[in-house]
Amino acid sequence: MTADTATTTRYRGERRWTPRNVLLVVVGLLVGALTVFPLVWMLSGAFKTVDEVNDPALIPASPTWENFTYVFTQVPFARYLLNSLLVAGAVTLIALWFHSMAAYALARLQFPGREKLFAAIFATLLVSLPVVMIPTFLVIRTLGLLDSYAGLIVPAIFNAFGIFLLRQFYISLPPELEEAALVDGASYWRIYRSIIVPLSRPILAALAVFFFLANWNAFVWPLTITSDPDLRVVQLGIALFQQQYASDWNYVLAASTVAALPTLLVFFFFQRQIVESIKSAGFK
Amino acid sequence: MTLALSRTAGRRAPAAPATKAQALRSQRRAAFWFLLPDTLGLLVFVAIPMLLSVLLGFFAVDGFGNISFAGVDNYVRMGSDPQFWRSVQITLTYLVVLVPLLYVVGLALALLVQQRIPLVGLIRSMLFVPYVISLVVVALVWEFILGERTGVLAQLLAALGIEGVSFLGDPTLALGTVIVVTLWFQMGYYMIIFLAGLQDIPGEYYEAARIDGASAWQRLLLITMPLLRPTSFFVIVTATVSVITGGLDLIFVLTGGGPAGSTSLLIYFVYEQAFLFGDLGYAAAIGSVLTLVLLAWTGLMFAVTRGGRFDHDS
Repeated sequence: MTADTATTTRYRGERRWTPRNVLLVVVGLLVGALTVFPLVWMLSGAFKTVDEVNDPALIPASPTWENFTYVFTQVPFARYLLNSLLVAGAVTLIALWFHSMAAYALARLQFPGREKLFAAIFATLLVSLPVVMIPTFLVIRTLGLLDSYAGLIVPAIFNAFGIFLLRQFYISLPPELEEAALVDGASYWRIYRSIIVPLSRPILAALAVFFFLANWNAFVWPLTITSDPDLRVVQLGIALFQQQYASDWNYVLAASTVAALPTLLVFFFFQRQIVESIKSAGFK
Repeated sequence: MTLALSRTAGRRAPAAPATKAQALRSQRRAAFWFLLPDTLGLLVFVAIPMLLSVLLGFFAVDGFGNISFAGVDNYVRMGSDPQFWRSVQITLTYLVVLVPLLYVVGLALALLVQQRIPLVGLIRSMLFVPYVISLVVVALVWEFILGERTGVLAQLLAALGIEGVSFLGDPTLALGTVIVVTLWFQMGYYMIIFLAGLQDIPGEYYEAARIDGASAWQRLLLITMPLLRPTSFFVIVTATVSVITGGLDLIFVLTGGGPAGSTSLLIYFVYEQAFLFGDLGYAAAIGSVLTLVLLAWTGLMFAVTRGGRFDHDS
């Protein structure tokens, strides 16, 4: 083992087909294949006809797109997708904006009570949504936001996790960054917008992926506060679709595939960001 | 700022007291506006609901929003509600089986994908991908696979001569099924957490152990496990909290708490009381107890491990 391979964490080199490695790769691929099987099975079923959807063949005998067209024509599935896109997109954008502002102030500005405020914000991390769902429901009802896009979007924005991660990042930036700008008479807003935000693009991208996934996948909150079919998000849409078409698995699987597709695409393109943000969240 | 500069009459004058005070004041003003949206939002949508939840536990709220003071009635009722205690018992079983499973499987997978072997990137992706799928899709796909007689698993078992097993319909099997499904989509997350912990262990330790002739098993027990303690702490605390407060979507779609209430986890029981039976007060009381238990648990873990820091990594 040479010194540089010993210190790299990205595992280049040393990937030879020794008997031990062959065994490990076989074990890894077997466990991996078993893990992805349910998703492959979903995909396979989405292209099967109603007669063969329960057949144990992995490859559809006569693959068809018909299930997808059926789903889009029988229920307003495109509307569900748009609703989810709107809600998840809005939550992500607003959350990144608010959290980066708050984190900037907590990390770089001097004001009385700063540490206390940070501790209070941090403490809200211990409060999880299911526990406060009932009172949050009452707050939303009092504000008249039941059955509205605002009711879907606004409560999902506020989350101390993003503030915490961004603050850690901003603390690590060198102080000289702002000093020059301050001497030139730049306002704090200007510094935030033209120095801090551009510098934090990688971490903002990682958080964006995380927020988008979490909100695209949200189910219980939309179920609780919306009854208007026009506001139905995609997760709610497929759950209700399944209740309606319980035995027609080919349609249910096609709908599930469409609902899962954006998350799978995000995973393939942003895997590194997802993995990095999980890693940094694990280290306080 | 310009005013202060002209008063000190120097081009690069050292900050005069007036300038400094002014700069601090403008900083304070900026901080206020920067923090306003998030602080207000956390107050209205997290802190106030939290307090409301505790308060609500002392009231009776019906489906029409009529509220009346109920004292400790909700808490008394909790004590004598057999369904509540059944849910507590189910949740404890779920917790005691699932957390160790997540720990062991997460660590084992991390040890596997930490190896410098061909195709390791692909293997890691395959193990992690279920984590990004929504719980609704997870529930639907598993319902399809586990379907009685028609599901692919039932057909596979029938080919082996085992018939009539109902993974979701048999009250003795349903909780185990939920545990396996939860393990399936969460193990990738803990794998990544453990992987990060493993990468922080300096390679020289293993080199030295190898030179001393330590076996792979000895290296795991004597180097990896002790140095992984902060990660283990994090995993046990977060897994416990997420196992107790999560999984509502999955239960909702996959089992609906059934069959015969056998998968009615506490969090589902609370949701049912609140939004299906409209008993918000009772639900809030249970939710408050749950929060207290979680806070006590997190506090205890921090106390026992001195904040997740251990003697050696001060």
